[in-house]
Amino acid sequence: MSALEKAFYSPVGRKVAAKAGLHEPPRLRRGREFPAGAIVLAPLGTSTLVADTLALLGRAHEAPVVDSGEDAPGYGDRIGALVVDATDVRTVAELEALRAVLRPAVRGIERSGRIVVVARPATGSDWEADAVARALDGINRTVGKELRGGATANLVYAGPGVAPGDLVSTLGFLLQGRSAFVDGQTWRVAPGGAPASRLEERPLEGRICVVTGAARGIGAAIARTLARDGATIVAVDIPAAGEALAAVANEVGGTALQLDITGDDAGARIAEHVAARGARIHAMVHNAGITRDKMLVNTDAARWASVLDVNLAAEMRINAVLLDPATEGGMAADGRIVGVASTSGLAGNKGQTNYAASKAGVAGLVAAMAPDLASRGITANAVAPGFIETEMTAKIPFVQREIFRRANSLSQGGNPIDVAETIGYLCDPASQGVTGQVIRVCGQNMVGA
Amino acid sequence: MSHTVVVVGGNRIPFAKAGGPYARASNHDMLTAAIDGLVARAGLAGERLGEVAGGAVLKHPGDFNLTREAVLSSALAPETPACDLQQACATGLETTMYLANKIALGQLTNGIAAGVDSTSDAPISVSDPLRRILLKASRARSAQERIAAFAKIRPGHLAPQAPSVAEPRTGLSMGEHQALTTVRWEIDRTSQDELAAASHHRLAAAWDRGFFDDLVTPYLGVTRDAVLRPDTSVERLATLRPAFGGPDGTMTAGNSTPLSDGAAAVLLASEEWAAAHHLTPWAKVVDAEVAAVDHPGGADLLLAPVGATGRLLARQGLTVEDIDLFEIHEAFASTVLATLKAWQDPEYCASLDLDGPIGECPPEKLNVTGSSLAAGHPFAATGARIVPTLAKLLHERGPGTRGLISVCAAGGQGVVAILEAV
Repeated sequence: MSALEKAFYSPVGRKVAAKAGLHEPPRLRRGREFPAGAIVLAPLGTSTLVADTLALLGRAHEAPVVDSGEDAPGYGDRIGALVVDATDVRTVAELEALRAVLRPAVRGIERSGRIVVVARPATGSDWEADAVARALDGINRTVGKELRGGATANLVYAGPGVAPGDLVSTLGFLLQGRSAFVDGQTWRVAPGGAPASRLEERPLEGRICVVTGAARGIGAAIARTLARDGATIVAVDIPAAGEALAAVANEVGGTALQLDITGDDAGARIAEHVAARGARIHAMVHNAGITRDKMLVNTDAARWASVLDVNLAAEMRINAVLLDPATEGGMAADGRIVGVASTSGLAGNKGQTNYAASKAGVAGLVAAMAPDLASRGITANAVAPGFIETEMTAKIPFVQREIFRRANSLSQGGNPIDVAETIGYLCDPASQGVTGQVIRVCGQNMVGA
Repeated sequence: MSHTVVVVGGNRIPFAKAGGPYARASNHDMLTAAIDGLVARAGLAGERLGEVAGGAVLKHPGDFNLTREAVLSSALAPETPACDLQQACATGLETTMYLANKIALGQLTNGIAAGVDSTSDAPISVSDPLRRILLKASRARSAQERIAAFAKIRPGHLAPQAPSVAEPRTGLSMGEHQALTTVRWEIDRTSQDELAAASHHRLAAAWDRGFFDDLVTPYLGVTRDAVLRPDTSVERLATLRPAFGGPDGTMTAGNSTPLSDGAAAVLLASEEWAAAHHLTPWAKVVDAEVAAVDHPGGADLLLAPVGATGRLLARQGLTVEDIDLFEIHEAFASTVLATLKAWQDPEYCASLDLDGPIGECPPEKLNVTGSSLAAGHPFAATGARIVPTLAKLLHERGPGTRGLISVCAAGGQGVVAILEAV
């Protein structure tokens, strides 16, 4: 820790910083905790989709306070969450009903509370409805930025035919602390195979999940989190990281597989390892990645190639082997492929052309794979972490790091477990209807799309 | 009563020269790391195993329960029993056979055989007279008696005594003993340097092809054997001065193993246990033989495995032609070369009561991924390094291929074992 950083975090430094407007960031609710306060349900039409989903979650709900335009009314006690069923909203005029339930809720929501809007996606057949669908996205992003105290806002587009059971894992994830660092995001849920009847505590029980780059940082957190959710972990990392990898594998009661993912036989060796256990892979989490940062004017072919090979091409080669139905120990039916993109990839980042190429490539890859794998029940998604507190980001100089940290709606860096929880949600068998999506775990970073 | 015993995996930490990167690591630390890496690879965290057998040649008095304590520090269930064994440089092979025999008898279904040694963290003891004075003082009933005891301490008593690698009965170090053997068997310098260079080149090639990805787990930041010199050559080795055998000696620091630190472990199981735990058997343990020679009476100290090899092959009805791979521990390059000469010497083999010479070992079948000259030789760990290495090599070559391990040990002893791929 530098002298400047020590001074900043000293008792005196904290007081000075607070005077300067740099307040202590809120402490986020994490884990499988639901909000403490009441869950308020606001149906903006006749749809019971969200009400029925809350019933599957076993959560009671209350009626909303509606702003009538006079003295802005408020909630007595702080509420835990506002869940809006906007699936019947089609017109610009109907958006007023959303404003009327949002206004009291934004004022009365607890710390780390949740605002979740469920709406219909654009269909391409009704100009106004499509405009309204997009308007909801704008509202969501803005509410995310206005909420304080670690509360978040997210928007879910529920496609035609979505049943409450298709939505249960998504709504459960968004209400619980697991989604702590997911803010201002929008993604789609489509009808899945067999809708779930409830939210499982250990949805991955008895399933094999392979995690690359599992020796440290975000990868180790993914291994721990998926293991907590019941998974049997195959922890993969380069041989040189074997000591830390063994410690993670032993901690989660899994197995360690020392492997360079860029090797030609990487996919085959992963499959062989799983096949020896007489199983197939439920989830393949491609977390391993490297950076070789330089401004583009200083980026040579070697820096370019190594980052693209490790972060993107290796993942594609491994997928090809594991997705071949003839591969023993390959992907199971209804399996899960999760890539790790990055907000640097989605928004671009100075000095990271190669990295941005690889990470945006991951986002493009899962979008391309998803429709082709749908018939096998296999989903392909990505998470895009923003600023996450790891050994890697701890090396960024303090002032720069503090700026990165605070440049989001939650005014803090995320923890590795925040990325891991989002991956756990995508790996949940109940998340069958979520595919081809990229979920940013960035606390609603100020940069990027 | 007889169950097939299979080698289903192994793990070691990279070996390093004494006083190197593991200078501050104890036997306990290194053995725990070797066990933990194996547990992670095989997915055995929290499991109660049948037994762990380990040992070290250089042991601190406080380490009387070294292996059991390492188990308690490891990711294995604390209900896993353990014992310490020691047979000098053959310890790691002897622990393997101890557990293999128990599994064969049905007393166990699985176990980990291991060995560890730190020449960096070797125990230093006090002289015998000082020890007697200290013991007397500790038994003293009064301050006066205690002072009287301490008064007998003389400056000469205070010199610490480092463990010696000299043979107690001859006073000769192992290198000096081997120097006699080198002369007796007319082993020339070039052959020794060639064998040493080949060991380094073969070990480096095995590392490069990823052969050790599932046999070694890095430790304290060391990711490859720190003794290994991939770029060494016969020419470069030829420039080294003799280390043993006087000014005309042919044994150098380059063709002798350095003092090393390291630990290794082998996972052994019955076929049923291996299948139930989804572990792929690499090779079965066929048989083993132990032998000794009368080195105080003038026999070659490190050639005891020759007699064991002859007797073992005869008992199994095998000849050297039936063996696909040979792993002869490279205590010194000349030990291997003298062993191979002895195998072909009718007179020497007759003196061991063998029915004729053992035969010839084709060089391309010998130590194909290098051995102790390149990897290093933490005494007790070497056998546990060789067993999984050979088992994996045989598994790569296919069912039915056989390998022979020959390890010489201090005290004029040797252990030889045969593995066969399944």
